[in-house]
Amino acid sequence: MEYIDLHAHMVSRTTDDYRAMAMSGCVAVTEPAFWAGYDRPGVDAFVDYFNRLTDFEPKRAATYGIEHFTWMCLNPKEAEDRELTRRVLEVIPRYLELPTVLGIGEIGLNRVTRNELAGFKDHVDLAMEHEQLIHIHTPHLEDKWKGTKVIVETLAADQRIEPGRVMVDHAEEHTVDMILDNGFWTGLTLYPVTKVSPARAVDVLETRGPERICVAAACDWGESRPLAVPEFIMEMRRRGHPDSLIRRVVYENPIEFLSQSPKFHLPDREGAVAV
Amino acid sequence: MGAHAGTSPLTQRELIAEYFMEHRVQVLELAAFLDRLDRARELDGDDDFRMRSVQDALKTLVDGQGNRVQRVQMIFSDPRSELLDELDQKSAKGAYDPEA
Repeated sequence: MEYIDLHAHMVSRTTDDYRAMAMSGCVAVTEPAFWAGYDRPGVDAFVDYFNRLTDFEPKRAATYGIEHFTWMCLNPKEAEDRELTRRVLEVIPRYLELPTVLGIGEIGLNRVTRNELAGFKDHVDLAMEHEQLIHIHTPHLEDKWKGTKVIVETLAADQRIEPGRVMVDHAEEHTVDMILDNGFWTGLTLYPVTKVSPARAVDVLETRGPERICVAAACDWGESRPLAVPEFIMEMRRRGHPDSLIRRVVYENPIEFLSQSPKFHLPDREGAVAV
Repeated sequence: MGAHAGTSPLTQRELIAEYFMEHRVQVLELAAFLDRLDRARELDGDDDFRMRSVQDALKTLVDGQGNRVQRVQMIFSDPRSELLDELDQKSAKGAYDPEA
């Protein structure tokens, strides 16, 4: 089955992973800017990273017929440094003009500090100024409920925000209602140990229905699964769900959200569904 | 009937037939972990906030009140809304420590 992985940190993955994803039905990935596992030393390191996201990765993906798109930001893990945030925000606008950049992300919160929230609001302002889609990271583990609540309340109080143009990602059982009930899109992250398993993601689909829900691997430099979406497809079939429902979640829903950017498109090949 | 009754396409018997083995092993893994703690060279973890969360979670699994996964998620969660003044640690630990 064809699918779109809406969240994959391919800079941390091998070319073999691209190949395996293509062979398992992946037609497009979107790659939010994120934390490298260590704090980058300055704005030049971000420029180098953004150049790779917008040049090298689309070429590497295209080798296997996968369209690669990206999102720009300084990740919340590095947002405690307000001066660095300010300097990175200055370089982002020139990347927003590039053909594979879909918006601002993954912004959000990590430990839910004052500076993280200030950096989050700075990025929202930038997105609004440039009419961009927004992709949001919600915190990990014990910080997820608190951080998601702060994010949702902050956006709900901002009259400029159109919830249907915002993806609040990494939802789990205790946060999915507050995200969807406020009109946002959400993502279930199929990541071992710290996020949701394919089985629990299917549970959420069964209890909430498929509207405004996507799934993604969020594979990165940690132990993670670049083929997590095919695993989810297999679990949906095991649980008795029809391919029409599975296709909606792994293919049609991402297209519906991402097509709000005029830059999004699928690989130009015979038989591909036109957007 | 619990919340969201009837939303699984499979019957209980079908779910048990398909999934019993992989959940059986998860129960055994947890039992073995608790036994391992009992056998530790030093018994110094009784007041660990993470293990208190696990104990509370285990009670939730068998209290018969349903909605287990959301309630267990909240046992592990920081229930507050106020912001931290500054970053205290880079990564989360998996459970909320009310004494931190």
